Amino acid sequence: MIAKFRNWIDERYPATKTWEEHVSKYYAPKNFNFWYFFGSLALLVLVLQIVTGIFLTMHYKPDTELAFDSVEHIMRDVSWGWLMRYLHSTGASLFFVVIYLHMFRGLLYGSHRKPRELLWIVGMVIYLTLMAEAFFGYLLPWGNMSYWGAQVIISLFAAIPYIGEGLAEWIRGDFVVSDATLTRFFAFHVILVPLVLLGLVFVHLVALHKVGSNNPDGIEIKADKKEDGTPKDGIPFHPYYTVKDLFGAGVFLFILFGITFITPELSGWFLERANFEPANALQTPPDIIPLWYLTPYYSILRAVTYPLFGVDAKLWGVFSMGFAIFLFFLLPWLDRSPVKSIRYRGWMFKTALTVFTVSFVLLGYLGTKNPQAIDLFLFTNLTWAQIFYFLYFAFFLLMPIYTRLDPVKPVPDRVTFK
Amino acid sequence: MADENVDQDRRRFLTGVTTGVGAAGVAVAAVPFVASMTPSAKARAAGAPVLVDIGDLEPGKLLKIEWRGKPVWIIKRTQEMLDSLAIVKDELADPDSDRDQQPEYAQNATRSIEPGVLVLVGLCTHLGCSPLEKLKPGELDSDWQGGFFCPCHGSKFDLAGRVFKNVPAPTNLVVPPHRFLSDSRVEIGVDTTEEDLA
Repeated sequence: MIAKFRNWIDERYPATKTWEEHVSKYYAPKNFNFWYFFGSLALLVLVLQIVTGIFLTMHYKPDTELAFDSVEHIMRDVSWGWLMRYLHSTGASLFFVVIYLHMFRGLLYGSHRKPRELLWIVGMVIYLTLMAEAFFGYLLPWGNMSYWGAQVIISLFAAIPYIGEGLAEWIRGDFVVSDATLTRFFAFHVILVPLVLLGLVFVHLVALHKVGSNNPDGIEIKADKKEDGTPKDGIPFHPYYTVKDLFGAGVFLFILFGITFITPELSGWFLERANFEPANALQTPPDIIPLWYLTPYYSILRAVTYPLFGVDAKLWGVFSMGFAIFLFFLLPWLDRSPVKSIRYRGWMFKTALTVFTVSFVLLGYLGTKNPQAIDLFLFTNLTWAQIFYFLYFAFFLLMPIYTRLDPVKPVPDRVTFK
Repeated sequence: MADENVDQDRRRFLTGVTTGVGAAGVAVAAVPFVASMTPSAKARAAGAPVLVDIGDLEPGKLLKIEWRGKPVWIIKRTQEMLDSLAIVKDELADPDSDRDQQPEYAQNATRSIEPGVLVLVGLCTHLGCSPLEKLKPGELDSDWQGGFFCPCHGSKFDLAGRVFKNVPAPTNLVVPPHRFLSDSRVEIGVDTTEEDLA
């Protein structure tokens, strides 16, 4: 009976074929480790954000007169509204935690290298789209940080010569951040960007299944196949990795609910205090900072304080910020090492990656602090940010040199697996 | 299939022309969508001038009002504050206000019509945050003569809204069009004409 029904479907739609190709007969390397949880977790958070988001739109009002109060209404009056809202706000931050770890995995094991360049680029576009989604969503509560955050980010576009001012007006739909801005950001946040995001995730998965997953050894498992044509070092994604990922999802949900129930604001890291008062066009919050996942770039933006070659510091800052993100796209070609995985790389790449990671994290930390104060030691936060600014760019721009000189270790034929 | 009768050049030409016309159609169809996102007629019409009574404003104090959705500051400067303008002059990026950030009638040493009354748009010229008032000497650091400090990216301005060197903000704060109707009444959004000055 069931087999008959399945046949009926398969003659009209490739259901079994799709399932086998992408799940039950998709062979993934058998040596995946901890770092391979984050792709499936990103999918999980995407679903979480869409589901909680749908229920939030049932009560939220995108109108400058009503928006702030409607969020409070969700928090106080709507049954379980606080849960929807806190899951959505915590999910947003955890989305970036998961994506950053997912990207770091790529750097560790060379997942951006040939033949996965396009997979990496699509992933980077997803990352950019996600930043846009977070930015649009951040205006919606119409708190004071929402307002001034939008004001600052839109002003970035105004720094572009000639067309900048007109472009900023076009984005705002007004000469200042206003009701027109709020309403369109709502449209972008709930329709446009999620649609784009879903499309990109689909393309990302199609690209992944075309080239196959990389692994901690950076070896192509497709190069060594059994007689039946399946890779010797591969195991079917289902049931092996679905079960592994379910365990990861369990741990992740434990953390998600832990933060949501106990400390949803996470001391201002996930929900900023200044946003608990309504937008005030006359008063910037005393400490204006974006949420943590954008602060590394924010630090780079404000690290530039000197004009150069007749171009003022403001434009250099905006350019540096854009370039800092753009360099990730070039990574597959900047990296000239004969090996992919960090396991077989030499001290140069290991040092460079460590310095880069520390710089990225500390740029993020400094981005949340007053530039004139001293929070590390010896120098002001601004000076430290300028030092890490150079280290950040050195990691990328010197990469073609140090990856070529780096003494690498021999790569085994088969993956290492205990 | 009578392939030998197909004129491939003609086919290629027609495909090219169809694609070209189609692309032009899409471009034209995009115009209303893109244009619908520009400031609406209502947003363009908003921007009426604002009348402010500064009779009660004490010397050395700052009054904030809203004009076109932007904060506008009116500061009554004391003689001490005016003296500070000369002290910081060498540390400024554009001390003589050469760049077009003020109406002609405010392009002078104090960037104002009346030296004692400064009118500024309270938005940093870097990325549009509203700088904090640090009007008293020493409020920011020991050399500080009084002025404004932007918390977002650390730009500094003096008590005429002139930007310091080596900060992210490229230009002085904007002086909006304004005129005095009497000693205690300022209208923001309307330029001073020669008649007003006479």
